Amino acid sequence: MLQGHQSWVFSNRPHIISTGTVVGPFEANGPLALDFDLLHEDMWLEQDSFEKAERRILEQACQKSLSKAGLRKEDIQFFLSGDLVNQITPSSFAARTLSAPYIGLFGACSTSMEALALGSLIIDSGFGHTVLCAAVSHNATVEKQFRYPTEYGGQKPPTAQWTVTGAGAALLSSQGTGIHTTSATIGRIIDMGISDPFNMGSAMAPAAVDTITAHFRDLGVSFQDYDLVITGDLGRVGHTIARDLLIKHGFSVPDDRFSDCGILIFSENQPAFSGGSGCGCSAVVTYGHIINRMKKGELNRVLVVATGALLSPLSYQQKDTIPCIAHAVSLEINHQE
Amino acid sequence: MSNQKKKTLTPVQQEYQSFAQSREPKRSVVHNCFTAFVVGGTICLLGQFIQNFFIWQFGFTKETAGNPTVAVLIFLAALLTGLGVYDHFAQWAGAGTAVPVTGFANTIASAAIEHRTEGFVLGVGGNMFKLAGPVIVFGVFSAFVVALIKTILTSLGG
Repeated sequence: MLQGHQSWVFSNRPHIISTGTVVGPFEANGPLALDFDLLHEDMWLEQDSFEKAERRILEQACQKSLSKAGLRKEDIQFFLSGDLVNQITPSSFAARTLSAPYIGLFGACSTSMEALALGSLIIDSGFGHTVLCAAVSHNATVEKQFRYPTEYGGQKPPTAQWTVTGAGAALLSSQGTGIHTTSATIGRIIDMGISDPFNMGSAMAPAAVDTITAHFRDLGVSFQDYDLVITGDLGRVGHTIARDLLIKHGFSVPDDRFSDCGILIFSENQPAFSGGSGCGCSAVVTYGHIINRMKKGELNRVLVVATGALLSPLSYQQKDTIPCIAHAVSLEINHQE
Repeated sequence: MSNQKKKTLTPVQQEYQSFAQSREPKRSVVHNCFTAFVVGGTICLLGQFIQNFFIWQFGFTKETAGNPTVAVLIFLAALLTGLGVYDHFAQWAGAGTAVPVTGFANTIASAAIEHRTEGFVLGVGGNMFKLAGPVIVFGVFSAFVVALIKTILTSLGG
């Protein structure tokens, strides 16, 4: 049901019955390694291209979420997925493997929550009972697509971010117990005129702030109503800016309740510059780390705000600025059920 | 250019950009210049050693030893690129590894490796000069202009 200007409230409780997370070697060396289902030590996954490796980790994340729930791929009614490669081929090829009715999404790094919001909408409206929502990114394919060859020796500035190699999938069901989605806020495009693709944090921070503000306004809530508000991939630079912007807009931002997936996924001594980024970043941190913490009872209500920079290599070369977006989904766990 | 860009921004965008800029970590220019100077100088010193070696061991002259020296440096840079070491070294060294001929070799080798999965013709062949191409185009063109000016001046001056 629509509430306020741009938020949906899911009164029928779409449940996240299981999740699957698969990551690459760099993430496996990070502080959240124990929260992920599968860790790969090889960027290639024995495939002959990075694009195929990306498809493979997405397939594995989907398989993992299905096997955890004790379901088969035939049980998926709708599959919602997206990534950053041209024409989102890794998602479409994974959908070929799953042979489930498929909706391909592109929301850049906000795809994880875009898929979860739409999946929840399908369940809540009764148009489906089992929906698989996924997002994937691979460091080498994204670097190739948006920046320079991976082995190119260009010096990156400290505001740059490291694209996460990882895939996260969440299986939504109308039946279940435990963690469910309660609401979602669909973001609008915010463009503050930043045009440097090595400074995504600054570009995306205002979009995150806009969506958080809209969510709080539409639902009449504040930071006090959530145990954690976590943004997708702002990194250290963007996180600081977003926090200061929220304070400027008159919010009190408790440090222990506001975090970022891009900061959590890598430790400070890993050479990831400002932090992690990519579709897979918010997907694996949310579906791995956050879900685990909720199950342990450390967190009860979480708002995940996945941020995306909707640029293309072409728009960047033509000196266009970077339009950004953020989608928020709130998760809640009911221990009594 | 940056001034021209600023003019098209709205006051809100301009305000945000200065807000964001004050919170962004800056590149350390002094430190980068120093490492670039030391690393770039060391690569040139290595080149000098190789050149002297060719003169001393293979009987090249000062003029002819240049070509095999450059070939050795290009080979080393391409090898290190292939082994996946060069980009990590370059992140630290900055312009120190980008400016000498090793940087040029790295742009070609890295692009060739990157596009290998798309095949030899359209992948490697079509993309290996992706980064190095502009350097060649504008290098050749500016050499042509300089040669033209020199020719005109010498013919005028006699």
